[in-house]
Amino acid sequence: MPRYKASVAQLGTAIIPIKSIMLELGFDVIMPPPVSKETLMLGSSHTPEFACLPLKVNVGSYLQILPQEPEVIFMVGGVGPCRFGLYGEVQKEILHSLGYDLEFVVLEPPKEHLREVIDLFVRFLGDGAWRRLPQALYIGYKKLMAIEKIEKKVLALAPYLDAKWRQQLWKEKKAFVRKIDYTTGAAQVDRIVRETVAKIGSFPREEPEEIFRLMITGEFFMVLEPGVNFHLEEYLSLAGIEVERTIFFWDWFKKAVFLSMLRVNWQKKYLDLARPYLSRFVGGHAVESVAHTVEACHKGYDGLIHLAPFGCMPEVTAMSLIQQISREKRFPTLSLLLDEHTSGTGVYTRVEAFVDLIKNRKLHEGRRLQGG
Amino acid sequence: MSKLFLGIDVGSVSTNLVLLDEDRNVIDKLYLRTSGRPLQTVQKGLARMKEAAGGGAISGVATTGSARQLAGLLVGADLIKNEITTHAVAALHYRPDVQTVIEIGGQDSKIIIIRDGIAIDFAMNTICAAGTGSFLDQQAARLGISIEEFSELALTADDPVAIAGRCAVFAESDMIHKQQVGHPLNNIAAGLCEALVKNYLNNVGKGKEILPPVIFQGGVAANCGIRRAFEKILGYEVITPEYYDVMGALGAALLVRDKSINSGAPTAFVGWSLCEEEISTTGKRCHDCANNCELAEIRRSGKIVAYFGDRCGKWSQRVPEAAATQEVG
Repeated sequence: MPRYKASVAQLGTAIIPIKSIMLELGFDVIMPPPVSKETLMLGSSHTPEFACLPLKVNVGSYLQILPQEPEVIFMVGGVGPCRFGLYGEVQKEILHSLGYDLEFVVLEPPKEHLREVIDLFVRFLGDGAWRRLPQALYIGYKKLMAIEKIEKKVLALAPYLDAKWRQQLWKEKKAFVRKIDYTTGAAQVDRIVRETVAKIGSFPREEPEEIFRLMITGEFFMVLEPGVNFHLEEYLSLAGIEVERTIFFWDWFKKAVFLSMLRVNWQKKYLDLARPYLSRFVGGHAVESVAHTVEACHKGYDGLIHLAPFGCMPEVTAMSLIQQISREKRFPTLSLLLDEHTSGTGVYTRVEAFVDLIKNRKLHEGRRLQGG
Repeated sequence: MSKLFLGIDVGSVSTNLVLLDEDRNVIDKLYLRTSGRPLQTVQKGLARMKEAAGGGAISGVATTGSARQLAGLLVGADLIKNEITTHAVAALHYRPDVQTVIEIGGQDSKIIIIRDGIAIDFAMNTICAAGTGSFLDQQAARLGISIEEFSELALTADDPVAIAGRCAVFAESDMIHKQQVGHPLNNIAAGLCEALVKNYLNNVGKGKEILPPVIFQGGVAANCGIRRAFEKILGYEVITPEYYDVMGALGAALLVRDKSINSGAPTAFVGWSLCEEEISTTGKRCHDCANNCELAEIRRSGKIVAYFGDRCGKWSQRVPEAAATQEVG
């Protein structure tokens, strides 16, 4: 069986476990470079003007790796009444019209597509590859768990460190992600996690007078891929804000694949929270975005940042509801609609002002409660 | 002698400076056109401020505006602050009971909602040119009159015409249409002012509760035609503060004054000698990793004083003394 050259669509650090699974299965993996201005420019010149940013970024990354001649590109698909449901097909068409002849495989939650997945498997990897699957999935799972565990720890720890150590913390986190990427054994993954936990645990902690907590929610890709959200999570965390990210790949995978296959109504929890603002599924992650806003408000967060691609139908629906919640509950929210024209300066100006706003509000509130 | 504080607002169209004393009195203020050369304009402004200060020492400098990082690296800022916060601070200083701040500048416009002396919401438009100073400038130029004359002209209108103000391109063709079918210029000018105000309220002010006192600041606040259109549409008095055109710089100066007095720390200001030095910037690209960052290299009298634009910090940290005192929040 020949080894096929395969690549995969960009998805923040979640791409690392996926890469690992592909390697274990016997593909030669070509990794797309980090999302940069060049990716956006390439992508937007070969996609419809009104397509949303995830499509442009995907096409841009494919064009960046095409010189390395991948034979198959994998992409995690989406289902539901949003344009993203069609994007796999659109991407395939765009690449074919540019004259590239390659396989394009959209991995959809295998509710109805299980047969297709099996066919693909046999076609690219041969019959024997089945034996490698459990090990491949296991190592992928281990890596994903490891990355998400450290990411959560880093976000929780940052507010308790001073500015210099926060820099160190993020340096350590990036080094950790690289180590996880390069390693191959499950035991090594555990060891790297232990070492990193011990190392960041040894950083000198201090007790800040006040902790400011922000929730980040919104569209899946925009939240997970730092290259399109201007590394927002890192930026806020380095500024000493406690950031809670509402989207993690495993959490989504669990719900969209396992729970959906078992016909568990996992969306009910979100619909209950989102009611009365939104009482039905409107595509994408809109219900979750609204539900998380209500949740952030109940749990006493100081504010919420909502990320969406410009022109995203579900998230624009969510945005107006988030603004309504913000007005009714006097809860600070900031919606950022991003596309390839968005400048970093503009985003940082708004985010910085938003951080000033929540800080001043909280300090003012504190003084008032003390009778000051 | 009283301590002196400097606020520098480097925007896309104008660069503004305010010199403040310890008791928050404005000693001097300056409004300059940035003309695409932010660093040289800052130098020019500093030369004026040096005179106003009588060459006296500066106890704190803050930068704001879209080039705040770059300007902050150049002058050695003690505080680098976004322009939304500085505008709110300056408006609150002028009117502690302010509830709404409307700011329209050359390339952007903002609204800040304030309740009980605390900013609770804001919005900023940086994409749409309709409703900013540059478009007004352009239209005045098309009519062959100055922006001041344009504003006076709008005030003489008896029946402003309706102009499609949703987009600068359509507004212009609609204005030309109105002029070609014989409407007097003053009604067209006033019509444009109303169209811009409606566009601002529908776009930036969408969903915001605008309550008085309303403060109108930024370069466009000089335009009485726009101010009158705001009053007509909102139904409230719209107040233009004395230092309306340098409010960002004023806010920055006020913030650095408080910060410096509270902390007692010495300033990082590089000194007045900056005015005479040769400043240049070169662009280059770092290919050390896949990020391919676009770097700017800033030189003062031939010596590299700062790098700007790298994601990893490997370049900017090469010049430790220039490490900006950036503070989020």
